[in-house]
Amino acid sequence: MSSGQVIRRAKYKTSVKDAGTPGVLKMNENKLVFRPNDPTSKTKLDVEFRQIKGHKNTKEGSNKPPWLNLTHDQGGSYIFEFESFSDLHVCREFVGNALAKCGEAAKAAPVEKVSSASKAACEQSAVPFSDEQLSTTEMELRMKLLRENSELQKLHKQFVIGGVLTESEFWATRKKLLDGDNDRKLKQRVGFKNSMILDTKPTTDGRTNKVTFNLTPEIKYQIFVLKPAVHQAFLNMVPSKMTEKDFWTKYFRAEYLHSTRNAVAAAAEAAEDEELAIFLKDDDILAREARRKIRRVDPTLDMEADQGDDYTHLPDHGIFRDGSKDISESQQELYRRTLSQDLNRQGAVVLEGRSVDADLEDPRTVAEALVRSRPETDATQEKLNRILRMTEIEDLRASHGHPFAPLCIKDPRDYFEAQQANALKSLDDTRAGTEQMKCSLTTEEAFSSLRKTISKIKTVGLNNPIVRPEVALMVFNGLTQNISSNKYQLGKNPQESILDRLPNATREELLHHWMSIQELLRHFWSSYPITTTYLNTKVSRLKDAMSQIYRQLEEIKESMQSDIRHQVSLLVRPMHQALDAAFQHYDADLHKKSARTGETPNGYV
Amino acid sequence: MASVASKLYADDVSLVMVLLDTNPLFWSSSSLPFSNFLSHVLSFLNSILLLNQFNQVVVIASGYNSCDYIYDSSLATNQGSDSGKMPALCSNLLQKLEEFVIRDEQLRKEVSGDGLPSSMLSGSLSMALCYIQKVFRSGPLHPQPRILCLQGSPDGPEQYVAIMNAIFSAQRSMVPIDSCYIGSNNSAFLQQASYITGGVYLKPQQLEGLFQYLSTVFATDLQSRSFLQLPKSVGVDFRASCFCHKKTIDMGYVCSVCLSIFCKHHKKCSTCGSVFGQAQSDASTASNRKRKTSET
Repeated sequence: MSSGQVIRRAKYKTSVKDAGTPGVLKMNENKLVFRPNDPTSKTKLDVEFRQIKGHKNTKEGSNKPPWLNLTHDQGGSYIFEFESFSDLHVCREFVGNALAKCGEAAKAAPVEKVSSASKAACEQSAVPFSDEQLSTTEMELRMKLLRENSELQKLHKQFVIGGVLTESEFWATRKKLLDGDNDRKLKQRVGFKNSMILDTKPTTDGRTNKVTFNLTPEIKYQIFVLKPAVHQAFLNMVPSKMTEKDFWTKYFRAEYLHSTRNAVAAAAEAAEDEELAIFLKDDDILAREARRKIRRVDPTLDMEADQGDDYTHLPDHGIFRDGSKDISESQQELYRRTLSQDLNRQGAVVLEGRSVDADLEDPRTVAEALVRSRPETDATQEKLNRILRMTEIEDLRASHGHPFAPLCIKDPRDYFEAQQANALKSLDDTRAGTEQMKCSLTTEEAFSSLRKTISKIKTVGLNNPIVRPEVALMVFNGLTQNISSNKYQLGKNPQESILDRLPNATREELLHHWMSIQELLRHFWSSYPITTTYLNTKVSRLKDAMSQIYRQLEEIKESMQSDIRHQVSLLVRPMHQALDAAFQHYDADLHKKSARTGETPNGYV
Repeated sequence: MASVASKLYADDVSLVMVLLDTNPLFWSSSSLPFSNFLSHVLSFLNSILLLNQFNQVVVIASGYNSCDYIYDSSLATNQGSDSGKMPALCSNLLQKLEEFVIRDEQLRKEVSGDGLPSSMLSGSLSMALCYIQKVFRSGPLHPQPRILCLQGSPDGPEQYVAIMNAIFSAQRSMVPIDSCYIGSNNSAFLQQASYITGGVYLKPQQLEGLFQYLSTVFATDLQSRSFLQLPKSVGVDFRASCFCHKKTIDMGYVCSVCLSIFCKHHKKCSTCGSVFGQAQSDASTASNRKRKTSET
């Protein structure tokens, strides 16, 4: 796919019934253009994606041709019929991306209050989009996340649309977020019905001898899966030898004979009608499989002896079914099916799960789809794997955790509080540290001077007054200030935090900058060591963005009123420090690299 | 009798153990002369005794080589040696202090290294705790004890274990350790002591107003303290000293059996004798070192 543009041959239809005008559909990030092959035709199209509200498409495998249906925001729709489904998929993804982009830009616009910017953003962000192939659902998920989280949206707007990060880079650090949403979605598939299809009961109206079986597409499907022989017979006979109705009539006739336990009648009917016999006989395919299974049994096990242990043939033994005892009669063995066989078959099929997602309406397609889903080679192994997978029940299992720990960055508020205390402490320490004095006396001299002072105070007496009033006042003031300032610094209550004393706008701005810095630093540090030129350009992009924020922080600091400027500078300091560390690393890395490639200094930017 | 005793020892009666730093090397370099310091402290002690007639003050001098009790208000007689110049308390205390300093000087030990040497804080803390234990065991009714450290000498990392043990035993017997540190920088030991035992750590900025600090912050009894808002220290230096070289360290090795702290990897814990695994620690130190060099 060429970047940013898709050209496909397609038929444009104004409605589903319309035969369509053949032509060429050309799409770029902003609009789609349709030019008919016949230059005289009037059905030309030139629509911007901003006017498109949504898109639908036909599914592959259904009997519909590959259609893409774009809904116009005025209510109408454009339908394009493609030559193949692969064309359709390419176009659908492109449309999905383009719509998502326009939707984002439109959403961002009112926040920014600059409508022209949104158009520019739409064009600008088009480049990173084109190199990605995202499914629509993923795109929708991302958009939903952005909608729900205004902070994320702000970051996304700032960095992705601002061109600092690409879409994939932005989301790469938020894999967990995307996954988390996936987990919430119910991943359970519709399983195979656990009711015995063989129990499909005939209903009689009581007056006539007519027997009615109710047949639904679902039941047909179940029959196909449960009875491979019937499935096979259907495939062989239905369109060629008999109609579908006849087929099912015959099938249920056989079933009815079974249910009446009239084995003799069944045998007689089977002799008359060879097609009916298929249904009355033991399922060949199943029998083959059973033989294969028996072959896999440990050879030391005596299967014959086991069969002898089966006492269901004894009188007063057996399993209740359909109101009568299911006592095996050896003479009609051929036309008997034991309940345990049925149960086992049902169990196996249920465990196997539903393999066909196709439309159940048409039994023919269902039958064919089943054949496709049942690969002949290595089928048993595949089946075992499948059973293994299915027995692990999805909603009882822990989610597949990815082996990475998310970077834990706490609420900036906590960090500010902790940092502020540290900053104050270090201020104290530096102030006090200046008066460090060196001991210059020997021990003897020191002791003698100490003794001298003691004897001096003994003779002179205590100072009078002990403390001068002005000094006492200073002490009081100092203590009061200390206590009152500690109150809000140590207050764990967020209401007393320093952030809340700032004007609202400043606070928002600071917190936003903090978020942006975190985001940028996360990307910055994760791109080291720089191994590719891609990372190299990414880092320099990030560095530019960071230096911009650095300047903005300085401006905030300067614009503050004098009484809170100190507090703001304390808040800003850790951010600056974090950025400084990044810059330093960047410079050092650059220096190292240029030293290494000394001969060719122009090799790297 | 019981009523008299209960009146005697109401909850606002205090026993204040004052630990006086008499390290001559510190005082010879301090910006606050020892005589001024003493006059502030003596006035403060007097005012404590005046606050409640049952208040008791015990002063322990922590010197350079030793420490000793130099004053106990419960044993004091009211006659002063000098006539009228100063309260009897002061003259008795000063007399004992002078004797202590002379004794301390005789127990000479080598001045080690550069910088200020520390005073025997661990010893005086232990003596204060012993005295308090004696008071606790004297009967069910006793004054509320607390310890006040008036310290100026820097921390002696070699006393780390002893001081920490004293701190924990004070914590166990619910004795708060208040500290007023008049030296330069901050004392990590005293910060930790006050933090752990729930006392007050104060580093006065105006040393000439020391009395004011003492009487404002440290004079109130424990009962009244719960109603007051006393200065809190903003941060506490929780760094520990290693057991092997008695150095204050930011990061080190901890014995997994007895929690002893070492600055280097040892094959065997010197405290409890546990033998440490070798290979793993080698690998980790190697990787650490490697990481450090790559960062610079």
